[in-house]
Amino acid sequence: MPTLQIKVNEKPWDVAATPDTPLLYVLSNELQLHGPRFGCGLAQCGSCSVLVDGVEKRSCVTPVSAVVGKSVTTLEGLPTWYAGTRKLVQAPEMHPVQQAMLDEQSPQCGYCYNGMIVKAAELLSKNQRPDDAQIRSAMNGHLCRCGTYPTILRAIRRASEMMASPTEARR
Amino acid sequence: MSGLPRREFIKAGGALVVGFGLGDALAAQTNPAVRGAIAGPPDAQQIDTWLAIHADNTATVYVGFAELGQGTSTALLQIAADELDLDMSQIKSVGLDTNVTPNQGGTYSSASIARGGPQVRSAAAEARLALLGMASKRLGAPVDGLRVSKGVVTAAGGPSRVTYGELIGDRRFNLAFTGSAPVKKPADYAVVGTRVARRDLPAKVRGTHVYMQHVRIDGMLHGRVVRPRGQRAYGVGAKILSIDETSIRDIPGVRILRRSDFLGVVAEREWDAVRAARQLKVVWESTSALPGSDKVYERMRAATTKDEIVLERGNTASALTSAAHVVSFSANAPYQAHAPFGPNCAVADVKTGSALVMCSTQDVYATRRTLSGLLKIPQEQVRVQYYEGSGTYGHSCYDDVAQAAAFMSQDAGRPVRVQFMRGDEHGWDNYGPAHVGDVRAAADANGAIVAYEYQGWQHSWSGTETSAQLTGERASEFNTGPTQGVQGVNRLTCGGQYRIPNLRLVNHKLQVTDYLKAGWLRSPLDLSFAFASEQAIDQLAHMLAIDPYEFRKRNIADDRWQGVLDAAVQAAKWTPRRAATKRSGTMLSGRGIGLGTHLASWGGAVADVEVNTQTGQVIIKHLYGALDAGLVVNPAIVESQIRGQLVQTASRMLHEEVTFDTSGVTSVDWRSYPILRFEECPEVTPIVVQRINERPLGAGEEVMAAAAAAIANAFFDATGVRMDMFPFTRPRVLAALKRS
Repeated sequence: MPTLQIKVNEKPWDVAATPDTPLLYVLSNELQLHGPRFGCGLAQCGSCSVLVDGVEKRSCVTPVSAVVGKSVTTLEGLPTWYAGTRKLVQAPEMHPVQQAMLDEQSPQCGYCYNGMIVKAAELLSKNQRPDDAQIRSAMNGHLCRCGTYPTILRAIRRASEMMASPTEARR
Repeated sequence: MSGLPRREFIKAGGALVVGFGLGDALAAQTNPAVRGAIAGPPDAQQIDTWLAIHADNTATVYVGFAELGQGTSTALLQIAADELDLDMSQIKSVGLDTNVTPNQGGTYSSASIARGGPQVRSAAAEARLALLGMASKRLGAPVDGLRVSKGVVTAAGGPSRVTYGELIGDRRFNLAFTGSAPVKKPADYAVVGTRVARRDLPAKVRGTHVYMQHVRIDGMLHGRVVRPRGQRAYGVGAKILSIDETSIRDIPGVRILRRSDFLGVVAEREWDAVRAARQLKVVWESTSALPGSDKVYERMRAATTKDEIVLERGNTASALTSAAHVVSFSANAPYQAHAPFGPNCAVADVKTGSALVMCSTQDVYATRRTLSGLLKIPQEQVRVQYYEGSGTYGHSCYDDVAQAAAFMSQDAGRPVRVQFMRGDEHGWDNYGPAHVGDVRAAADANGAIVAYEYQGWQHSWSGTETSAQLTGERASEFNTGPTQGVQGVNRLTCGGQYRIPNLRLVNHKLQVTDYLKAGWLRSPLDLSFAFASEQAIDQLAHMLAIDPYEFRKRNIADDRWQGVLDAAVQAAKWTPRRAATKRSGTMLSGRGIGLGTHLASWGGAVADVEVNTQTGQVIIKHLYGALDAGLVVNPAIVESQIRGQLVQTASRMLHEEVTFDTSGVTSVDWRSYPILRFEECPEVTPIVVQRINERPLGAGEEVMAAAAAAIANAFFDATGVRMDMFPFTRPRVLAALKRS
């Protein structure tokens, strides 16, 4: 079994896995992370989403070898990643999207929220003031079986406003 | 690892319990120090079974209902906190566990608050009374003069105080639960009725919540089941003709486990198990026992059925013949899938003579009973623990996967975690059954409904799970018991909304073994019933040229129905109209009303839709849903439930349909079984009709029937065409528009 070195949430990890092993299984079993989770294994639902160099990817179909030399961020690492992109002195307890989801009491079962939060964070990193159509379009590849789309949309708008009037200290 | 603390706990408990001896099993069940060491259910007649007060002046409430992602765990704690005069920060509950939590029956039929709420409140009231008795002695003050706030008891007019924790901290009440303690009056509720934030959400947005899919235990293997792609006719099952073991020779360390036609693979590494299950060459016996999803309705109508009159009053046949206006309407409704967002998962550790199974069952005790029979291990030696999975909306594959994990652990001699793949869950679900409904409804010249008949065809639920069936158990009907009403024509949704002197409801039951596996899917069959019934009612209004709201109001059964009807139309700013006064152009818009429910509560809805006559696309613009569930413990949670129900109903009406050919199911993923997405999500307006003095009833599924009907009636308003089947896919809509 070859050993690969990957960077996840700013930490290097040596993982023993065949190169074709989907990243999701490495994150779940070797790194014991709870953010990315199995939903379909077919890149159809967004349950397993992570950021790879800031871009949302489906870890269930991304071979672990494809992220060698890149930086993987999971839900757990999102506040730190956010602090980095915004050049903040300190990472907030939660990414504004997480805080907004909580403020809106948005989740029901919450299983899809890994993908929802990661995708919304990616969107807001590229477009800080997306309009409703842009949010829906960006999020359209992420499914929610409980039907909480309306409050997710509200939460993303709220997070966008929070980011526009930040209270965090900048570096 | 998430599974470890509980395993450690079992070991610790097992060691400690030795000191108690068998005769004191009852004490051990509820002793805070060793709780969990002995097989449950703990004695429901003991206060200690229901709650414990700790030395730090906090409480643990033991609740026998699963958190299915709907927020009921928070609402039940609100009830207990309210009755105990505790702050929400002072109270918690524990996970369901057959060694720990009481048996309150399963978490079905929106029962958590309706059935569990009063039990929890009553137990809390009795504990509070006992605590006040102790405080009275300690403080030398009469009970009448004691006040409690945040678990601190103070005597009137004096400085003396004592906390619950000081009175009984971590000791047993040793008190029979008689249910006789007076409970608070609704006017005195402090926590109930308020919008307390859900307890489970911080961990869910942080990514620290432990779902079943996260549970790992020491020494565990990863397992996957190997089945044909998509289930066949239930009675036929799946038969293995041959297995080519060499087909997975290149994956080291994989074991094939087989019991008759039950087939699985286990491996140390998850990816190896996934690959092996995918790669293993198996020849399954071919079958063509199904009619295919397009022809299933003909077969249902032609089948020999077991008929039952659900409800009859007056003389419906004669009233239908003599009435001024009569509508006949027939509708078909498809099989639909639970399709939980995360496929079900279970971890089992089966040893000689004992078993621990962790899964996402709606009923830990029922699952224990079934597993005990299948594993041939006494129930007392089988421990079932509940871990929340993704939303299940009824009987998805949680029992099936628990049985698969248990069989594979027993055969491998190791703990096994089985994660169903997407196709296992979509393809082998206990689907919400297909339905055929014939409605005849009649009104007199004044717009009074004088007669109503509903004849419904559907098959029963399946009783034997796939894993058990493949090992040789017979396919069977679900043991209906007290839930029989939910498998047949619903007397509330089929005409129960209205005052109708002549009414007849007939149920035609088909044999599940000739069809697909089936089970309860959120608001079982109600969308189908309301789709047929409320379109017929709407059509009567149309024939009489009466506004759909006005027509319903004239015939409404009681104040509760009127309340939700009014709440929905007021929110929607409904203006009187005659439906389907046609407009020209490509984009047609319409609005419709629906009324319906499940087994209790009252649901009313208004829908605004747009129909593109060129493409056949239906866009649901806005859904308004009003729900009267009696006393609503947490309006914010119920609003969230209404929103979810409206969106899920939109999904089920526009997209969801299990497809199958003569061999088996072909909708096995999110492409072949699409659901609603962000870009088509309607605006939703939830309306809670709060009735603080009424009994709390279900709120997790009771507005879906109304919403389904409202969508269908809005489509008619837009187009003048009655859809006789859902989902409203583009080809189906174009065909219906063309026919008209």
